[in-house]
Amino acid sequence: MKRLFWMALVLALALGLLVGCKKAEPTAPAAEEAPAGETQAQAEAQEIVLTIGFTESKTGKLNVSSGRQAKGLRLWMKQVNEAGGIKLSDGTVVKFKEASYDDESSKDRVQELYTKLITEDNADFLISPYSSGLTAASAVIAEQYEKVMITTGAASDSIYKQGYMHVFQIYTPASRYLTGAIDMLKEADPNLKKVAFVYEQAKFATAVVKAAKAYAEEQGYEVVLFEGYPADTTDFGPFINKIVESGAEAVLGGGHFQDGSTFARQLYEKKAPVKAVVLLVAPPEPDFAELGDAAYGIIGPSQWEPQVKFTPEAAKELGIEWYGPSNEEFIKAYEAAYNEEPSYHSAGGYAAGVILEYAIKKADSVDPKKVKAALEATDVLTFFGHIKFDTSEEAHGLQIGHEMVYIQWQKKDGQLVKEVVWPKEGATAELIYPLPR
Amino acid sequence: MDMGFLMASLIDGLLLGFVFGIAAIGLTLIFGVMEVINLAHGPVIALGMFTVYFAATLLGLHPYAGVGLSAVTGLLLGILIYAIAVQRVIGQPHLSSLLATYSVNMMIIGIGTAVFTASPRNIEFSLGSITLGPATIPVARIVAAVAALLAAVALYFFMQYTRWGKFIRAVTDNRDAAELVGIPSNKVLAFSFGLGTMLAMFSGGLIATLFPFTILEGGKYELKSFVISVLGGLGNPMGALVGGIIIGLIEGLVPVFLPTTWVLVVEFVLFVLILLVRPTGLFGGRAS
Repeated sequence: MKRLFWMALVLALALGLLVGCKKAEPTAPAAEEAPAGETQAQAEAQEIVLTIGFTESKTGKLNVSSGRQAKGLRLWMKQVNEAGGIKLSDGTVVKFKEASYDDESSKDRVQELYTKLITEDNADFLISPYSSGLTAASAVIAEQYEKVMITTGAASDSIYKQGYMHVFQIYTPASRYLTGAIDMLKEADPNLKKVAFVYEQAKFATAVVKAAKAYAEEQGYEVVLFEGYPADTTDFGPFINKIVESGAEAVLGGGHFQDGSTFARQLYEKKAPVKAVVLLVAPPEPDFAELGDAAYGIIGPSQWEPQVKFTPEAAKELGIEWYGPSNEEFIKAYEAAYNEEPSYHSAGGYAAGVILEYAIKKADSVDPKKVKAALEATDVLTFFGHIKFDTSEEAHGLQIGHEMVYIQWQKKDGQLVKEVVWPKEGATAELIYPLPR
Repeated sequence: MDMGFLMASLIDGLLLGFVFGIAAIGLTLIFGVMEVINLAHGPVIALGMFTVYFAATLLGLHPYAGVGLSAVTGLLLGILIYAIAVQRVIGQPHLSSLLATYSVNMMIIGIGTAVFTASPRNIEFSLGSITLGPATIPVARIVAAVAALLAAVALYFFMQYTRWGKFIRAVTDNRDAAELVGIPSNKVLAFSFGLGTMLAMFSGGLIATLFPFTILEGGKYELKSFVISVLGGLGNPMGALVGGIIIGLIEGLVPVFLPTTWVLVVEFVLFVLILLVRPTGLFGGRAS
């Protein structure tokens, strides 16, 4: 009897908890004032309010990076609207409003929500969610409805090789994440011959190193080691022993933050005699400095860094147009708006807006077909870097202008600081080579 | 093949082997005494890591003092787990004890993930490295191996020569007979569970001084502990130490000849082979 009572009590409590959770669950925001835009535009005849549709991962594993990306995009929108919108030659003023939902970091939600954005919220232009996975899911919908979508926070190449004609990538694709590093090494040391690739066995890192390996071989390097490690590896001892044995002079690879920083730390502890270490993802993160001396000299690719120096003058030298705010202006506005330093995710979100704005201005129209044509013709330098899209059938929309910047942890007055060392036009310091150990 | 490469790999593996061994002793001891397969072994190892981490970051303790603290915490935690979840299922079918310890596992993982999140932690700590011929070895690894070896030796002497050690062996042999001569068997079992948990948390603490970790990290070492325990004979602590060294050497040597990802394949093939050919392990298991 007593046991029965306890069981009933536990059951009741559990039920109560479940009901409580259900209630507390955040509901997706309802579509805010739907079409209004068009009628308003007709009334004033001069002003058009375009709806920018996107999803944000407010919940789920992508929430931090995705949130920053959305913040960047919203900042752009607010700035354009506050500055009085984009003025077209016929006197029309173009302003923007957003339609957005929480995609819960889930692919399934993304497809539902982008359909909803297009069919119910009548979004005029789309911006991608964060991450390659979610973007791939949303791209299918954008293409199906022939809506122009600018993707950001998505580096995968494969999305642009599906024959889509309406999707345009802001990020440097994975296939070129490390190729700049090869160029950089070539310039730093023409005698360097042997390189090792040690990388995380994940889709992203594998795609990056495969492309980099092909490029390195093309450039005359000997790839003496090419080996993957499982994502949860904590002991890199066996890999480091292999690197030493192979006689590699440079190590490229890594995958994500955790494994990359561990790898760097153990390379240092085991005094691996290599001249350069280039790792994905981990080095640009500010937390990487916690490794102390093990971080010193480590190089990593980044889509954007606060200290990069792309300027109108650099644009002139390259013979292309400059558009949008300077890096300092963007950082200042972002910090004023959100009280935090922008990451490259934030910059990517903002850049997506800037490019859309640029295309509308160039097209001198809000007609999607004309904007699409303007995007295809885009060849411009912004605070985020060079933006130019592939227009071939095989890889339409793939980013071919933007280059990764490479940062290296250096020391200033005994303090570790991140410096941009490549490409030369954006560099803030000379590359330290060979690796000081 | 470069001999230096072989040596470096061998030394790396051997040193880790001692630490794997001491983790496995924790698992095998509990099975030996009360025939309970402790599925909470992994999370407890992770708790050992976190104890060292918080001792260092919050209390400012030296990581090795943290390892000591984590061992003591382990003893108390083990007794607590025994009292709450294990004592009721002693002598019951294996499924009951598997479920009971698995629940403890889920609770620790659940609470741990909620409180600590699954983000990786790293203890900022380095003793530098020494170079012996071809091998450069981080000093922390040597310290961890020596500490693990000393713990195993201490356990041996404890079991052989102390009153409570003898109690444990008596209860292991025959609980009823031990009761008849006045040994408080329930307390002895609680203490044994505490001892096993203590070794698990101790090994976790040592691992935390070498590698970064998350709350889920224990699972990896739990699996290794199973392989090692079966290799050395389930219920045989000293067999587990040798098993640990063998697994360590496999981890060191396999990458010399094969891609490193083959290590697990080799380990589990060995696991299955031992189960098929010599189910009592290399050194004989618990007499039952």
